[in-house]
Amino acid sequence: MSDGVLPVVAEGVGKRFGDVVALDDVSLEVRPGEVVGLVGPDGGGKTTLFRILATLMLPDSGSATVLGEDVVGGLWNVRSRIGYMPGRFSLYPDLSVEENVRFFASVFGTTLEAGYATIEPIYSQIEPFRDRPAGALSGGMKQKLALSCSLVHRPELLFLDEPTTGVDAVSRRELWELLGGLRDSGMPMLVSTPYMDEASRCDQVVLMQQGRMLASGTPDVIGDLFPGSLFGVRGRERFRLLTALRAYQHAGTVTLFGEELHYADARPDAPDAVVVAGLREYLDATGFQDATIEVIEPGIEDVFMALMGSPVTADSA
Amino acid sequence: MTLAVEVRQLTRRFGRFTAVEAISFDVSAGEVFGFLGANGAGKTTAIRMLTGLLAPTSGSARVAGFDVLTQTADVRRHIGYMSQRFSLYDDLTVWENSRLYGGVYGLSDRMIEERGQAMLDTLDLAHAAHSLVGRLPLGWKQKLAFSVALLHEPAVVFLDEPSGGVDPVTRRQLWEMIYAAATRGTTIFVTTHYMDEAEYCDRVCMMVDGRIAAMGTPSELKREHGVASLDELFVRVARATAAEGG
Repeated sequence: MSDGVLPVVAEGVGKRFGDVVALDDVSLEVRPGEVVGLVGPDGGGKTTLFRILATLMLPDSGSATVLGEDVVGGLWNVRSRIGYMPGRFSLYPDLSVEENVRFFASVFGTTLEAGYATIEPIYSQIEPFRDRPAGALSGGMKQKLALSCSLVHRPELLFLDEPTTGVDAVSRRELWELLGGLRDSGMPMLVSTPYMDEASRCDQVVLMQQGRMLASGTPDVIGDLFPGSLFGVRGRERFRLLTALRAYQHAGTVTLFGEELHYADARPDAPDAVVVAGLREYLDATGFQDATIEVIEPGIEDVFMALMGSPVTADSA
Repeated sequence: MTLAVEVRQLTRRFGRFTAVEAISFDVSAGEVFGFLGANGAGKTTAIRMLTGLLAPTSGSARVAGFDVLTQTADVRRHIGYMSQRFSLYDDLTVWENSRLYGGVYGLSDRMIEERGQAMLDTLDLAHAAHSLVGRLPLGWKQKLAFSVALLHEPAVVFLDEPSGGVDPVTRRQLWEMIYAAATRGTTIFVTTHYMDEAEYCDRVCMMVDGRIAAMGTPSELKREHGVASLDELFVRVARATAAEGG
């Protein structure tokens, strides 16, 4: 890649399928050596964006360049230089591990041997099973094989669509460790994930919801987008505590967060100490003397919900 | 305290492979119990035994008070099931799905009518009663699937990765529905390999290689093992077992 060329530039990309707006004015950049994460739930538009950037689908509006080439006009120059790992398991289940890698290498006019140094850190982990049919691999091993296949032609940029979906926590972590190794070798990557906690693994994060970008920036910058302070409340009988907190006169949004409840106050300028004191008094008076209250740092998921704009409602009670 | 699920030395072997090895635990009525593990840890085999679909090799289990081996039909009548992958028929309407599941569980036409109507009102889905389920947004589908699984008022409902893939707001709406059902006394048995989903459970059990590697409330477990999240704990217990060669 020549100096000064950004691996990915998307400007105002839009795509509709009938009445459904899959992507609405999406702009992003991947800079050299950077891992950019597209973070959001199913239906966010992540896969559509990958297909457009990988030259498999045309945008309705906007434009994008990959490795300096236009994804529409220069598609043949793009395809051989990128690696793309689609979200659904895309290997041949009845070919062996080694046959899959050799097949993908041959599609790109190269060989397993020529690409071996590139894929070695990943492929060496599944090489002991080289004769096993790909369909008989565990979820984590399938992902390692898919990653090997998308790297064997030594691409200059990697697109990974939900590489950690459906794999267990151990394999998920291993996969991120492998991606970390690739990043250290200078490989720029665009990775999508529905898991908010994986945002912290990325240099830049783009939050996506129903085809729209909610926010983008470094994980720290995104964490700072939460409006006001956030309080973590813990106590027994979490569901009763949630109902009680929502009934508090100054309550803003109150959401479940694992074992904890996250409370935001409706008064925009109330100092933290005032909010805590008021909550303490209210919880003591309503039978939650043992509940604890502390000021907490908002995470990506808190920001995501705040930016989604639709309040959490107790439609279940 | 009433026990909704009692498992004693439950074991299942397939040939020489032991998928579930002598696991024992109790789940109380109204508890939200998380049953966690990697793919291949034995979760699915255990659930199939608890729902009366697979006979244990040895050991025993009672679900909703019925023996899973000798009272299989009673077990099935008193449980509900919802999975993210399969629960409702996409090419039937919302109302047809409720009728179908109500009928399968032996509800009378009148009960189906009454409970189905009440369910749609609670979900604010009355306007969509005659829409195909396949046309509903994913979040609505999940909430509907959960409600349909409760239509016959089961004592225990098994949920398989109930909130995977949905947006954070819908996920919380779903968990609020789960807690509301638990508060009414329904026992919730959640299987998942998403550890962040597990953090919502009252108590969790982590399966590794067919055995229980850790069990307790999420905060107890995190404190005992000095970790910040269940995810971290899971990685630790799974790797420890792998290192033993187990």
